[in-house]
Amino acid sequence: MIPGIIDCHSHIAAEAINEGSVSVSSMVNMEEVLDPDDIDIYRDLAGGVTSANILHGSANSIGGQTLVIKLRWGQPASKLPFEGAMPGIKFALGENPKRSNFSIPGQPRRYPATRMGVEETIRAAFSEARDYKKAWDDYNKRVAAGEKNLIPPRRDLKLEPLVEVLEGKRYVHSHCYREDEILMLLRVAKEFGFKVRPFQHVLEGYKVADELASAGVGASTFSDWWAYKVEAYDAIPSNAALMTRRGVIVSINSDDAEEATHLNQEAAKSMKYGSLSHDEALKLVTLNPAIQLGIDKRVGSIDVGKDADLAVYNHDPLSAYAVVQKTLIDGRVYFDREKDIANRAEIEKEKKALTEKLKQAEKKPEEKKAPEKKPEEKPKPPAPTPTPTAAQGAATQGGVR
Amino acid sequence: MRLKLFRRCAFALCMVTSLLLLVRLPLVRAQGGEPQYFAIRGAKVVPVSGPPIEDATIVVSRGIITAVAKDAAIPPEARVIDGKDLTVYPGLVDAFADVGIPAAPPSGGEGGGPRRSQEQARGPQDRPASTPWRSGADEVNLSDKRIESWRNGGFTTVICAPKGGFFPGEAAVLNLAGERAGDLVVKSPVAIPLSFQTSGGFGGGFPDSLLGVLAYIRQVWLDTDWSIKAQALYEKNPRGVARPRYDRTEATLAEALENHALVLIPANNTVQLRRAIELIERWQVKGAIYGGQMGYEVAPEIAAKKLPVLVDLKWPDAEKDADPESKPSLRTLRFRDRSPSTPAALAKAGVKFAFYSSSITAPKNILKAAKKSIDAGLSPDVALRAFTLSAAEIFGVADRLGSIENGKIANLVVTDGDLFGEKTKIKMAFVDGRLFEAHEPEKPKDPSEGDITGKWKLSYTTPEGPEESTADLMMDKDGTISGTITSHRGTANIISGYLSADKFSLTSNIVLDQGPTDVMFTGTFDGNSLKGSITVLGMSLDFTGVKPGNAASTTAALGGAQ
Repeated sequence: MIPGIIDCHSHIAAEAINEGSVSVSSMVNMEEVLDPDDIDIYRDLAGGVTSANILHGSANSIGGQTLVIKLRWGQPASKLPFEGAMPGIKFALGENPKRSNFSIPGQPRRYPATRMGVEETIRAAFSEARDYKKAWDDYNKRVAAGEKNLIPPRRDLKLEPLVEVLEGKRYVHSHCYREDEILMLLRVAKEFGFKVRPFQHVLEGYKVADELASAGVGASTFSDWWAYKVEAYDAIPSNAALMTRRGVIVSINSDDAEEATHLNQEAAKSMKYGSLSHDEALKLVTLNPAIQLGIDKRVGSIDVGKDADLAVYNHDPLSAYAVVQKTLIDGRVYFDREKDIANRAEIEKEKKALTEKLKQAEKKPEEKKAPEKKPEEKPKPPAPTPTPTAAQGAATQGGVR
Repeated sequence: MRLKLFRRCAFALCMVTSLLLLVRLPLVRAQGGEPQYFAIRGAKVVPVSGPPIEDATIVVSRGIITAVAKDAAIPPEARVIDGKDLTVYPGLVDAFADVGIPAAPPSGGEGGGPRRSQEQARGPQDRPASTPWRSGADEVNLSDKRIESWRNGGFTTVICAPKGGFFPGEAAVLNLAGERAGDLVVKSPVAIPLSFQTSGGFGGGFPDSLLGVLAYIRQVWLDTDWSIKAQALYEKNPRGVARPRYDRTEATLAEALENHALVLIPANNTVQLRRAIELIERWQVKGAIYGGQMGYEVAPEIAAKKLPVLVDLKWPDAEKDADPESKPSLRTLRFRDRSPSTPAALAKAGVKFAFYSSSITAPKNILKAAKKSIDAGLSPDVALRAFTLSAAEIFGVADRLGSIENGKIANLVVTDGDLFGEKTKIKMAFVDGRLFEAHEPEKPKDPSEGDITGKWKLSYTTPEGPEESTADLMMDKDGTISGTITSHRGTANIISGYLSADKFSLTSNIVLDQGPTDVMFTGTFDGNSLKGSITVLGMSLDFTGVKPGNAASTTAALGGAQ
């Protein structure tokens, strides 16, 4: 039994991932498009995941507002958010926001087209946010001083979350690959007085591990994805281990619903590539992501007083033979392998019956249908429990996610 | 010129005399015209606002119901309609449609109408795909053929809104008859419909995802709220203060919100429905939901927030050209199976709901779709209420229509039986007190001899002189005939037609000087030619029809259409 796995970079459970039309889309919020019916929630549960950081895509320099959820399959969207977890915002650097690998025939290319432009869009957005904050501070001061009939500034949904970043009320999750862009964002953050927490992907993190460690910034990376685009050529599978040895808090993330079903194995790879200890490897998908997301007081380890978010395996979880038997969240079983297998026949039966019934209704003329009408009042389980299939859906490495 | 004028007068005179004759004829087909005095005597009346009344009389005086009672006095000027074996219901309401707005020529975006401006929007400030100032009341056009077909289906009223964009424009309550477009408008505006549909994909400008749409709409509400406050503060003290910028979207919405307009929010499945409930709260607007088909899962939650629902009657079906390899999920199958049970679930939870036609194109299928809900447990009374009084209540017009009550607008539908009965026919409809007799396609008594399908050239002589027209006919296996008749007056659909043995009968409704008028072609078909008479306004003309060779017929048709 291990603490439930925490995926620090996920795009499941959402009806939309990217608002790709503008370079700064901080007005959009993943919480508004949560999709509790996404089957990937269940599949990831079957991989022992209990919490996930639901991020906006990486199409823009500054993407949308993000949140941490618990994978409470079968509950409405309003019950998914991890209570009290700090909200976040997605940043992205490099090839995705500068649209290197995407062009639409007939459409003008979107600004920015270079890493310099990416930096400029972030800088410009925070300059604007600083002015916006000042406008509101001035207004509030004058109102407090008793001035009447003042026209308030307009509320701006794009700038509000950036002001929250400046005030330390919102975490920045920045997608990045190359060492130069990592250092760039560290400088910009220092200039405007905010902190990045953590860098995401950060494939060249091993080159700037000391800088990351001294800035107190975490890194959430892949185990061994490599070379799927130019900026990923210098990735090495020892990245997680090397950064860990330099004192960086490191996690292994999925960025992908399928990858998330075997994050335990992804963590185990760091024992082979970099010789992390068993516990250090396990921390990459449990306690470390909890620290990076600021939820380690409640989850990430098995401790008295912590949430009962647990994954139960039939082998050592870092073994290639390990299969999740049960996944619990808040002490409640949300995935049970035995029950799942037992349910499969039942589900197939219902599917078949419904398919047949609907086919009949379609074929028969109206008159024939009349005698067999009876309101269908079958009791039904609260949510469908389809079979988790291991390798479903192609990995979207290098995509805009 | 003068000669022509004279001819016209003569024709009109002839028409007037024939009209006078008509009054005594039993087969009256007066359609529309000025609202007159009518009395339906001895019918079963289902007022919806109260229990049904057997053997009752309804008096309609120039557009208004002036009496509903067992033995209401019939004014001497009223045309009396024998209501024996007939049932009278309030006119049906299609609670969300664009009937009355003819389809716009296809444009780049979805749903017709204006989409994006030439410039791509770079953010909410560019007000992408927003035209809240458009109005169903302003865009109504009598040339929309659906006005007549909806009326024939028993619908006297639609809640009509323009389509296209996130804020497509304001909805109006329209009655489906009138001499001029303005006659149709009962109340405007009554709602602000929203759409969350984007053009999809990158490169279309802001917003291109559900994420962006929701952020955009929220920003618009905030801006509108700000503009109301800022404008008021500025008016109080304009000196030394930068004036708030005028924005047409904000100005229109500000006025609507100050009038507590209903905001219609799309939501069909459970996730969307729960999201809509939260959005309405977050946006602090007076909201209603349209779609609602998975309401069977969340009806109590909708009821708890007292939100009205407009239920989409186009029940989900298997995709026609779906990949046979792709198997629908259990959830999809359950949805297809259970969606018609939504109205019953809403009723049980106490949600106020109405029905709308959505993408149903044949009005007779609207009632059929509602029948599915009745089969799935909805009480027929509640179904009827959803089509009438509930719809009127949701849109704030229950004080003037939606039930059969003294003083209400004379919107009525008259049937020969239960509205949801499979064999029931709609006999007539009153819209604002104008009488329309519905056309049920007649079926032939005997098997048809031969196939009448094809293009026919019809020749006859009117008081104006010899005339020709073209009949383009399509005969079904059962002998019913559909198609068009084209003359210099335009093209008219055949409303009802059949071939029984060698006897044919075709009825079309053609716009003459007097307004829309039924024209009936009856006679015999000998396999090669047609011979018979045209009956119009009680007057009869002989005609002959031939089927020119294929090549020739095309020319004839074109000639006839000029």
